[in-house]
Amino acid sequence: MARITAGVTSSHVPAVGAALDLGKTADPYWQPLFAGFEASKRWMAEHTPDVVVLVYNDHASAFSLEVVPTFAIGCAASFPPADEGWGPRPVPVVEGHPELAWHIAQSTILDEFDMTIVNRMDVDHGLTVPLSLMFGQPARWPCKVIPLAVNVVQYPPPTGNRCFQLGKAIRRAVESFDADLDVQVWGTGGMSHQLQGPRAGLINREFDTMFLDRLVADPEGLAQLPHVDYVREAGSEGIELVMWLIMRGALAPDAREVYRFYHVPASNTAVGHLILENPT
Amino acid sequence: MPGYNDAFKDIPGTTVFDATQSRLGYHLNMFCMSLMKAENRAAFKADERGYLAQFPMSDAQRQAVLDRDYNRMIALGGNIYFLAKIGATDGHSFQNLAAKMTGMSEEAYRSMMIAGGRPAQGHRSRSDPSR
Repeated sequence: MARITAGVTSSHVPAVGAALDLGKTADPYWQPLFAGFEASKRWMAEHTPDVVVLVYNDHASAFSLEVVPTFAIGCAASFPPADEGWGPRPVPVVEGHPELAWHIAQSTILDEFDMTIVNRMDVDHGLTVPLSLMFGQPARWPCKVIPLAVNVVQYPPPTGNRCFQLGKAIRRAVESFDADLDVQVWGTGGMSHQLQGPRAGLINREFDTMFLDRLVADPEGLAQLPHVDYVREAGSEGIELVMWLIMRGALAPDAREVYRFYHVPASNTAVGHLILENPT
Repeated sequence: MPGYNDAFKDIPGTTVFDATQSRLGYHLNMFCMSLMKAENRAAFKADERGYLAQFPMSDAQRQAVLDRDYNRMIALGGNIYFLAKIGATDGHSFQNLAAKMTGMSEEAYRSMMIAGGRPAQGHRSRSDPSR
């Protein structure tokens, strides 16, 4: 049977992708950030999964306001990088895992999560920046990726608890898939940041640290945090953190933190990163 | 859900993209969406007024785009992820847009971020500015 072995969380700042693509990773501004992911890349080299279920949000790239799915799972064989206004990122096409994706769609829908099935989708920085941070700049991504897009743009986004429960449903789905696959679940976005209005630039290290601690040790309690607290404490775009709870729900309650990194700033954003391993 | 949307209104300097904003800004945001295509970006740059005239937006929305007044665009229903496509078309980074919205110079904004960003303290609540 397929099994979930580990979870990763990471911010997905577009400027991080630009810094990588333009060869600026050694610049004094960016060096501390990329240095923080060196250990992650070493860990990943030893723990490369067969498939990553990558939870992210689309930033008005694949989904405009015409259709706004709360949870959308990519079931296609491949997903091209999106043109977000300055041309697509020069990164490999993302290869999907249609069999597992369809299985997760069927399993979670029958488990009463109303997933949207997507067969054509360009993927933006929300998905490709975490891949770049964890895998570097390979000619081809070393594993299959199932994109799981969560609406955090149009209010209301799903509650933290709904995300946490969906994570548990994804775990049930993966563990009932009849193939010997090593699967990781990644939650991306966050941490504290606000990109809009006179309050732009808000960073809240105290909140972020609390969120990281409780995501590991008390996810059930953390899942009860109301949306208004995310926006007040972590900035309007800090609401992306609800997606991390999907990753956490997909892992075992006693999953172990093996790596943590936190850095301010990447452009407008506090970058937070965790690696959790499931007990074997 | 009574009170859900109202609770956010106590947060200063922040507009939540709720149903009201989304309905108000639908065509403004869909104009932004059109800038995802290189040929549309070129057409917009060549004749901004003419290009904007193709979209059923309000005159106030069109003027806010021409003025690159992002706070005004947000007040008129724009969402920052859509509006960022105007910034990208102009060759501006997200940080440049963020600086504009705060009224700071890009240099001052960048320095604030390097120093740890804008603190939450004092920016949590309109009704209690000390929070």
